Amino acid sequence: MNDITQGLLAALRLILTFDAELWEISLRSLKVSLTAVIIASAVAMPFGAFLAVKRFKYRRLVISIMNALMGLPPVVVGLIFYILLSRSGPFGVFGLLFTPWAMIIVQIVIITPIIASISHQATRELWAEYHDLLISLNTSKWQRIKTLIWDGRRNLLTAGLAGFGRAIGEVGAIMIVGGNIEHATRVLTTAIALETGKGDFALALGLGFVLIGLALFVNISIHWLSRTEREGRW
Amino acid sequence: MFPLILSNLSVRRHGKTVLGPIDLVIDQGGPTMVIGPNGSGKTTLLRVMHGIEHISEGTVDWAQPDHANHAYVFQSPVVLRRTVAENLSYPLSLINLPKLEINAAVEYWIERIGLGKVANRSATRLSGGERQKLAIARALIRNPEVLFLDEPCSNLDGQSTREIETLLLETATAGTRVIMATHDMGQARRLAADVIFMKSGRIAETGLAPDVFDAPQTPDLQAFLKGDILE
Repeated sequence: MNDITQGLLAALRLILTFDAELWEISLRSLKVSLTAVIIASAVAMPFGAFLAVKRFKYRRLVISIMNALMGLPPVVVGLIFYILLSRSGPFGVFGLLFTPWAMIIVQIVIITPIIASISHQATRELWAEYHDLLISLNTSKWQRIKTLIWDGRRNLLTAGLAGFGRAIGEVGAIMIVGGNIEHATRVLTTAIALETGKGDFALALGLGFVLIGLALFVNISIHWLSRTEREGRW
Repeated sequence: MFPLILSNLSVRRHGKTVLGPIDLVIDQGGPTMVIGPNGSGKTTLLRVMHGIEHISEGTVDWAQPDHANHAYVFQSPVVLRRTVAENLSYPLSLINLPKLEINAAVEYWIERIGLGKVANRSATRLSGGERQKLAIARALIRNPEVLFLDEPCSNLDGQSTREIETLLLETATAGTRVIMATHDMGQARRLAADVIFMKSGRIAETGLAPDVFDAPQTPDLQAFLKGDILE
């Protein structure tokens, strides 16, 4: 209990003193995770809607694989991408290992199945409701997908936020491909792991509370900006 | 566009024939009321004519092959999770009409169905009658040559039913071919120029409204008009 109190105090101290390092790693955490969420959403949401409207031979298999990939172990993803991005690997020439982009790439791989699966679930229910109308209006496949994404935006926002939650809390994979390098690839989760390893539990907990606060702030901000709780348009 | 010719048409689901065999010719005129007991195939017939139901056998031929200019109003009105105005603009935005034209059409129809005050509210918050009026206006906004309606007034109050019937009669007078399924004989009498009576997936009798209602030929239609329960 004492550790938790110390942690809360450490968090308050870091925030109130505008600790430069805290700001740097917090902003990097946000930048990496939000970039990953935006790129993953751009792929996963249309894909989820596509699976809702299109019937093809191996559709069920694709959905099963997509759902199974939600449980992808991040450490394994990190390891695979470490090999792929290392100098001797096939993508070593791009020099991405131990950069924020390597961290973004592994986060995209980890959260895309989550966003796609939730998006598919949301758009599938909407498609059941809209099916006859959209067929009757002679819409193209792409128009159907666009309609489902737009009209299902509230549930898709939840899908995106679920992906963000997973991304910002991820540590194993980004530690491997990012290397937790100070002023380069250190983010909140890897800093927490480092401080825990050093035995500075108060600072680790402090960073943990900042991380929780950041995740909550982003969630609430997006809901507020999107006006999901306001009457009328949604 | 017309005549519409249905030849030897059948629809089977899970090995069971739900419609047909049917041979039918529909020409200009109307409104046409498709009547019959529940499960007689009224909805399936409309869906087949509109082209949204898979045909097991036979053909549906329009005089002009390009028959995309149909609209269909479903029994349970489907409203998009958008504002009332956006629901109306949706069919026009699909065909990339200029924004000014879309706005003018939306403004016209929204006033015509009396939903001007709720134009910017979510359509999901409308009452059943308002939803159905919105669905009909959304169907009519592309100026379809044919309007199919599947029991659009079931579960609606008298006021909403009257408003919708007025709208449909004006639509028919303006030249849109109205083909509508209904189980409400009062409504069929008020609206019909001609009638198709269906029973057990087949067309049992057709004719002009006065002939069908005043001098039904088949025992099934006589019984149906008397209010008997048909097996």
